Amino acid sequence: MAAETAPPASLEMDPGSAASTVGQVTARPGGAGRLSWSELLHNKRAMSGLGIVVLIALFCFVGPLLYHTNQVTVNLNIENGPPGPGHLLGTDPYGIDVLGRLMVGGQSSLELGFAVGIASTVLGMLYGAISGMLGGVGDAIMMRVIDTLLAVPTFILLIIVASMFTLNLGVIILILSALSWPGVARLVRAQVLSLRTREFAQAAKTMGATRWRILLYHMVPNTLGVCIVTATFGVADSIYALSALSFLGIGPPPPFADWGTMLTNGVDNLFNGYWWQVYPPLIVLVIVVLAFRQIGDALNDIVSGQQPGRAVRRRRRRFGWLPLASQYE
Amino acid sequence: MTWYLLRRVGQAVAVVIGVMILTFILLHMEPGSVARAVLGLRATPARVAIFDDTYGLNKPLYQQFVIYVKQLLHGNLGVSYQLQQPVSTLIAERLPRDALLLGLSTLLALIIGVPAGIYQAVHHNQLVDDVVAGTWFTLYSAPDFMEALLLIALLCVQFHVFQPNFPGGITSVGGVLTDWRALVLPVVVLSINSVASFSQYARSTAIQELAADYVRVARAKGVPPRQVLTRHVLRNSLLPVITILGMSLPSIVAGAVIAEAVFNFPGMGQLFWQSALSHDFPVLLGATLIIGVATVTGNLLADIAYGVLDPRIRHGS
Repeated sequence: MAAETAPPASLEMDPGSAASTVGQVTARPGGAGRLSWSELLHNKRAMSGLGIVVLIALFCFVGPLLYHTNQVTVNLNIENGPPGPGHLLGTDPYGIDVLGRLMVGGQSSLELGFAVGIASTVLGMLYGAISGMLGGVGDAIMMRVIDTLLAVPTFILLIIVASMFTLNLGVIILILSALSWPGVARLVRAQVLSLRTREFAQAAKTMGATRWRILLYHMVPNTLGVCIVTATFGVADSIYALSALSFLGIGPPPPFADWGTMLTNGVDNLFNGYWWQVYPPLIVLVIVVLAFRQIGDALNDIVSGQQPGRAVRRRRRRFGWLPLASQYE
Repeated sequence: MTWYLLRRVGQAVAVVIGVMILTFILLHMEPGSVARAVLGLRATPARVAIFDDTYGLNKPLYQQFVIYVKQLLHGNLGVSYQLQQPVSTLIAERLPRDALLLGLSTLLALIIGVPAGIYQAVHHNQLVDDVVAGTWFTLYSAPDFMEALLLIALLCVQFHVFQPNFPGGITSVGGVLTDWRALVLPVVVLSINSVASFSQYARSTAIQELAADYVRVARAKGVPPRQVLTRHVLRNSLLPVITILGMSLPSIVAGAVIAEAVFNFPGMGQLFWQSALSHDFPVLLGATLIIGVATVTGNLLADIAYGVLDPRIRHGS
């Protein structure tokens, strides 16, 4: 496939240095991540992104404890009310407080993002590692399955599967996880293919380690860095996917609240000048997606094993900033 | 080259079969039975049995799959539950309009993206480069519909330059073109993501090309800098963009669903969206199949074009 001839720049850029920094700590599986943590703390982009995510999480989960609103019953007496002392960001067409709605909607978005990011990455990691270790016919078949799933835009599949079920947060997490692992699997496989030939893998083989032992104790820990990066992008992508789905009116039905649904309802009123129904969810959504993309981009620099600061410049000089492509756009 | 081509075509065929299996599985995942969906909830068991028998729905799955593939090869994609028309007709009448929309937006993305990328490459590591790259990053990361909504809010609600909805009742491509003012916003929204990725790939190649020996030779011969850029660097930077063009097809199609839904553009994306709302599975899966085959073909053509255009690949191995 074309994707194999031109893999995402981030991973192709310097496989040697990434693997060698990580490769040295294989005696202590799980150490691969630790090396990154100290660098992470010194990376401005990652920390600013993380700070924004923490702030938004606090806003969504602690906010409702401080700012009490009615998010359950419709109150048509105060429909489409402008921002004021009682309702800081006004009310929507059903008389529900927009600021409170923003918090409740954010909860589902964040829960979904983290759940799907982790689940799809674990799935993809296992699939990719197994495919890479198998080699031969098994690998070829497993890769054609991935090619097939990637040939149809994930968002298209998401719309079809979503329209088959009655959606709630759990179901949509399951569907999104089941659909978004192929990209991860392809990356992990490429990583495993190059790791397989390295000395530590050969050494383990010489010492009589079985295939599965090498897979679980040597390959999987060494691909963790790549996986953390893709998981971060996965969080952003799935939050975006849910909002796009709701925006198209195929998302979970009420009383489920999320930013996409708020947007759809708000757009109908844009011509009436009810700006407070559109801009708040739009802005929060963009900030969250951008923050996760920033973290992912910065993590990418760290995982590729270069000094922070210089790393950004060197990578940009060679490949531009473009992160791993989103699957939903 | 021949061996590479054969291998590549073989892979593409395998993936097309894979897409057929995928749509077949999805067809059978559909809740309730096909007979119920077509005949309605009040159909008697006898009617359902006759229906199943007529359409081979009581046969083993692998036989059904063979029938399904045969039908597909004859161009039969099923009949829409909602519109009571053959899916192939529905899709065929929308494809030209989509070709127009996707073609124009990709063209726009190329016209903006490639020169922008080369400009960034010339000024790389300067403030301009960072500003432009940051702008692309934001536009690329921000949801498609956000861009659509902001443009509507600004150009339609605030300044009344364009109308937010495509006029209804337009069927021909010519009709779409006469109403070009309504076409502007969908094309612009759809091209934003592509501009970002094209420009970044053009930029990274251009940086490599700018450091190449032939550029230095051209400069030493006294070729003006502008001419070096247009004659030498531009041509070589266009090459990888061809691959990206093939790869970006899925994302453009997914973007088209949102853009067409927002702007009411009468294309396949809108058909797909409305079918999803009305649970019209034959249309959804027919469209999926077409999109899958188009993507595979696009990737294949991009790879072949790359091989033909790049002498290093054409004459190598």
